[in-house]
Amino acid sequence: MSRIKCAIIGSGNIGTDLVYKLQRSAVLEPVWMVGIDPESDGLLRAEAMGLKTTAKGVDGLLPFVAADDIRIAFDATSAYVHAENSAKLTALGVLMIDLTPAAIGPYCCPPVNLAEVAAGGVSNVNMISCGGQATIPMVHAVSRIQSVDYAEIVATAASKSIGPGTRANLDEFTYTTSKAVADVGGARRGKALVIVNPAEPPLMMRDTIYCLTDEAPQQQAITESVQSMLAEVQRYVPGFKLVNGPVFDGNKVSIYVEVEGLGDYLPKYAGNLDIMTASAVRTAEMFAGHALPLAQPITAETTI
Amino acid sequence: MSSHLKGRKVLLHDMCLRDGMHAKREQISIDQMVAVATALDDAGVPLLQVTHGAGVGGNSLQHGFAMHTNEEYLSAVVPRMKQAKVSVLLLPGMGTMKDLHSAYDCGARSVHVATHCTEADTTPQHIAFARKLGMDTTGFLMMAHLNSPEGIVAQGKLMESYGAQTVYVTDSAGTMLPEDVRAQVGGLRQALKPETEVGFHGHHNLGMGVANSIVAIEEGASRIDASLAGLGAGAGNTPLEVLAAVCDRMGIETGCDLFKLMDAAEDVVVPMMDQPVRIDRDSLTLGYAGVYSTFLFHAKRAAKAHGVPARDILLELGRLKMIGGQEDMIEDTAMTMARNRAKMNTKAA
Repeated sequence: MSRIKCAIIGSGNIGTDLVYKLQRSAVLEPVWMVGIDPESDGLLRAEAMGLKTTAKGVDGLLPFVAADDIRIAFDATSAYVHAENSAKLTALGVLMIDLTPAAIGPYCCPPVNLAEVAAGGVSNVNMISCGGQATIPMVHAVSRIQSVDYAEIVATAASKSIGPGTRANLDEFTYTTSKAVADVGGARRGKALVIVNPAEPPLMMRDTIYCLTDEAPQQQAITESVQSMLAEVQRYVPGFKLVNGPVFDGNKVSIYVEVEGLGDYLPKYAGNLDIMTASAVRTAEMFAGHALPLAQPITAETTI
Repeated sequence: MSSHLKGRKVLLHDMCLRDGMHAKREQISIDQMVAVATALDDAGVPLLQVTHGAGVGGNSLQHGFAMHTNEEYLSAVVPRMKQAKVSVLLLPGMGTMKDLHSAYDCGARSVHVATHCTEADTTPQHIAFARKLGMDTTGFLMMAHLNSPEGIVAQGKLMESYGAQTVYVTDSAGTMLPEDVRAQVGGLRQALKPETEVGFHGHHNLGMGVANSIVAIEEGASRIDASLAGLGAGAGNTPLEVLAAVCDRMGIETGCDLFKLMDAAEDVVVPMMDQPVRIDRDSLTLGYAGVYSTFLFHAKRAAKAHGVPARDILLELGRLKMIGGQEDMIEDTAMTMARNRAKMNTKAA
């Protein structure tokens, strides 16, 4: 069976990591990489890995979309150029997986709402942010047990894993993640904090999830739900670990996780990169109609 | 009495209604805010900071919820000021441009845009936005001891290029020694444009707040952060009234009334304290090990909850290279330490 052909827009950290992930996909095939700097490391690597490349932005890709049968495009540029990229490619019938904070399309966090989003027949799907992908599953793990008034997440990533685009537009990250923590995670209100830590050797991505439940937390049910969600995320991000928690303090539930990457483009500390690209690939696979079934019952046997 | 610094003009910027919020676990009432702010205003302090300890956007489970919103505090304080301007703190990644705009609408006219000392390039949009609002805008390089003098200069130049009118060396851990301050402040003063000011923000964990501030002034700093009675994170900020007295003796012009500052510290701020703000075993550990001052109370709380001494937790956080904002890692680290110690005890038994 032939794989579905994909283009990657943006040759930074995320775009380049996507090439590695897509090359391993049984369902998707990376064919094009689009950049704006012919000397960028990402474009040079993509070329060396056998992809067609252009340094002329999306316009350099458009003439080849039909001939090369590109069905899915991943946009890893910035919130500011995404709208234009999306308009041009969706007009040609390409499904857009948006890895910027632009969020034109619905938010997608695979273990929470991928099936629903995929069934919605949209042409543009937003992957929220790395911090969102690492934490929203856990907010959902609490909110599917009982109602959550407020959810707050703290995402800490190694300085070396945060590219110039994210740095220059940190507020977009904060706004998009805060909103998705509430809307997708299932809380009335949400807040996201991001911290960039320059320690050497670089620290593994760490994320903390706090939820304030309306009623006293159902400790056993939440603990089981968190363990089940952990296993669910580990299916596409094997390095997703529960370090501590859930801790219960009044109506506050605290969950401490770590995300170790696969070490594809950046070393393993850059779990933030992996959870974003792995989520995007899983989403694209689902849209391609070949994803593994997602539903998994809650069990107490799941191990950390 | 005078000195080689006679005639130098320095702007003192009070921190006790922002950094002091940490020492009060964010529980300062509107009445207390107004009482302290009006005393500072009356004593001639030209600039004072008013927000949640973690700045605009700081109200959170991570950093605690204050008694009131930043907007409520600012709206109560700003109209009462006869001469003083009111500033806020903004940490990108937590506070946003929307939060800053809201503070501006409530009368804030100056801002410290703060980032870890190596991550200046996460601040361009916030600095530019503050300038667009017409605010007095500072680039605030926190935990400055974790960067080299050359590194601080490079980061300061970035902030200057985004529009910062002042660049601060911020000794968040109260761990810098006079020679460190000399190298960093002196380096910035030489490298930045003459019209860009240099500032210093000290903490008193090693008892060096005043001495380091004087070294900073020697090296060309023209803005110094300090706090009445030292009310602030860790062992407190550089105590404002003490610094003002030293400046006075050295002939450094601050425009402040020393005796009014003394009275405000003694009669208004000290009675507000929940505990003496002093160099105790744990705050000394912060300064000794170079750990973010705000971690102090979180570590004391985690120590109680998980049975690991606060000093051990703080040392471990230092070893793990945790930076400002990572308060979530304090309970996490305490839990991991408690688990590992229990395992070791089981083995030993």
